[in-house]
Amino acid sequence: MQAVQASLKRRYAAERRFRFLGLSAVVLGLVFVAILFVTIISNGYTAFTQTHIALDIHFDPQQIAPNGDTSPAALSKGNYAALVKQALREEFPEVTGRNDKRQLYRLMSSGAAFDLLNRVKADPSIIGTTQRLWLVADDDVDMLVKGHFDRDLPESDRRVKNETIAWVDKLATEGRVKQQFNTAFFTHGDSREPELAGIGGAVAGSFYMLLVTVALSFPIGVAAAIYLEEFAPTNRWTDLIEVNINNLAAVPSIVFGLLGLAVFINFFGLPRSAPLVGGLVLTLMTLPTIIIASRAALKSVPPSIREAALGIGASKTQMVFHHVLPLAMPGMLTGTIIGMAQALGESAPLLMIGMVAFIVDIPGGPTDPATALPVQIFLWADSPERGFVERTSAAIMVLLAFLISMNALAVYLRKKFERRW
Amino acid sequence: MTNTLADAARITEEAKQADAQGDSHKKALGEDFRTVGRIRVDKPRMRCTEVNVFYGQNHAIKGVSLDIGANEVIAMIGPSGCGKSTFLRSLNRMNDTIEGCRIEGEILLDDQDIYDKKLDVVPLRARVGMVFQKPNPFPKSIYENIAYGPRIHGIAATRTALDEIVETSLRKAGLWEEVKDRLDKPGTGLSGGQQQRLCIARAIAVAPEVILMDEPCSALDPIATAKVEELIDELRANYTIAIVTHSMQQAARVSQRTAYFHLGNLVEVGNTTQIFTNPRHKLTEDYITGRFG
Repeated sequence: MQAVQASLKRRYAAERRFRFLGLSAVVLGLVFVAILFVTIISNGYTAFTQTHIALDIHFDPQQIAPNGDTSPAALSKGNYAALVKQALREEFPEVTGRNDKRQLYRLMSSGAAFDLLNRVKADPSIIGTTQRLWLVADDDVDMLVKGHFDRDLPESDRRVKNETIAWVDKLATEGRVKQQFNTAFFTHGDSREPELAGIGGAVAGSFYMLLVTVALSFPIGVAAAIYLEEFAPTNRWTDLIEVNINNLAAVPSIVFGLLGLAVFINFFGLPRSAPLVGGLVLTLMTLPTIIIASRAALKSVPPSIREAALGIGASKTQMVFHHVLPLAMPGMLTGTIIGMAQALGESAPLLMIGMVAFIVDIPGGPTDPATALPVQIFLWADSPERGFVERTSAAIMVLLAFLISMNALAVYLRKKFERRW
Repeated sequence: MTNTLADAARITEEAKQADAQGDSHKKALGEDFRTVGRIRVDKPRMRCTEVNVFYGQNHAIKGVSLDIGANEVIAMIGPSGCGKSTFLRSLNRMNDTIEGCRIEGEILLDDQDIYDKKLDVVPLRARVGMVFQKPNPFPKSIYENIAYGPRIHGIAATRTALDEIVETSLRKAGLWEEVKDRLDKPGTGLSGGQQQRLCIARAIAVAPEVILMDEPCSALDPIATAKVEELIDELRANYTIAIVTHSMQQAARVSQRTAYFHLGNLVEVGNTTQIFTNPRHKLTEDYITGRFG
């Protein structure tokens, strides 16, 4: 009895130690996740707004349509940048020197001119009038207003000059600088100018890619799982196939990219940088995940249901398709969604098939050149401009939002269709 | 696939354990052992001759010959792993689904060999229905549970005909009054006894000639058991029933003939009253008096 008492203390201490270790592991993990989210969000939330400056634009017919021709084609040829420059000159008449003027023009983004063009196209009657318009500011101004540049640094170490700061401050005191919701970030394609760059093209690219992936990998994966689980005989060949499927799940994704490059692009001659090829490569990559999840789902259907179906004379195919498959479907769907989330976050194989190119246009279909969200993040993270830092974080936030909602959907489906026998 | 493999492994394991237990009785049943009692009847529905079943290397059923008479209830009793379930499952070829299972001998259903290579197993299972140990309704509505069989076999041409089959099947299974207002509710929501009667109704719905029951009451409480036993007695008028049971009282209550299996041998078969009051073989006597089992 004494011995038991003595050892009891030790045993409890061991248990406490183990609990403490486990708990600290969980806490450590959570802390890192929290740090990750805090950094990304604090870096990125400012990207959802964009600095705009109000300018009095005179729609000078001389610059826009010298011949009086207001057809869209003729309007496109107008010199809208000159309108912006003229407005800036009128605003700051004291600026004279060539270099100073050039610096002044840099207050506004080149996107301002496109904005004016679109306004004129939408309503040609504004030609000849003068209007106060909110136009997109340059990314340096944007960063300055958002406080990402340190004003106390010596001018030579600063990206913005003293004059620029003075101009912006003057405009600000007049209430002509404000932050607007950054719609361009969601609707535009990529751009060299941070203030014009958006994830629209990347989201569309990822969307077409996932469309191709799900359309191919779900039916193929489910069919393979059904055959292997329900119909295939157990012999050396099926064992070999099973081992290979499990191995395939562990192959580094960049290898799939190389395979895609060699087979789909070089051999079959499919277009480079296309979501179609990206989807095919990701199909190969997600197939093992879907097959393994689907087989597990099929296995979890109780044998009593199979016997019940066979016992009243259902054929094997009827048993599988009428009873086993519906019961396994939630598990299969969950596996597919997890596979899709994996595919959405994948960038390495896409680099190999050229989806890393700088593409400004938003793809209109699966064969148009495009990039994908994670690759866009990679591209922006590589850019030196301060404006891309916050856009990188913002794009990561969008990607994480997609991934979290896909996983949440998988959890919801699993909970909703979970059955007990 | 793996399920059936696991099944086979489990059955083999059980048989091995039984082998170890029953070593002392082994000597009584040599190679040339012959079943005690009348194995043949005047009006057979199924006639089994020298049936041998193997699971891989394991000889599970050893040369069993037995008639199952029309409109009779035959009970199969015996200790665990004696092969009674295996024998029952070979009567509608459910053993086909178990990998490594091999069957020799002849089983006739109305003079037709059910192991004939040309015979289709699907209509056979419609003629020889089965009720399992654990109630296993489909996770669908009560109506769908019954209607599934007639639908896949194309028995009912119209919706009204199907409704009629569902109602008669449920009436025959004594379940109609309890479920008529909730036919669209899931079958899994019923109580255990109701579920088992639903499974019997499901088997009846495809109009079988023979119904095999593999320990149908082992998962039920005594009241539900009594209902199912009553039902079995009523069904005898229209169907032939072979029932495997662990409860000797149940065998005595519901059956007309009883077959006693031991380690894959059919030891003795005869009228139920005779088997329970006056067993002729030593092993049968030992089993029913509770000396082992």
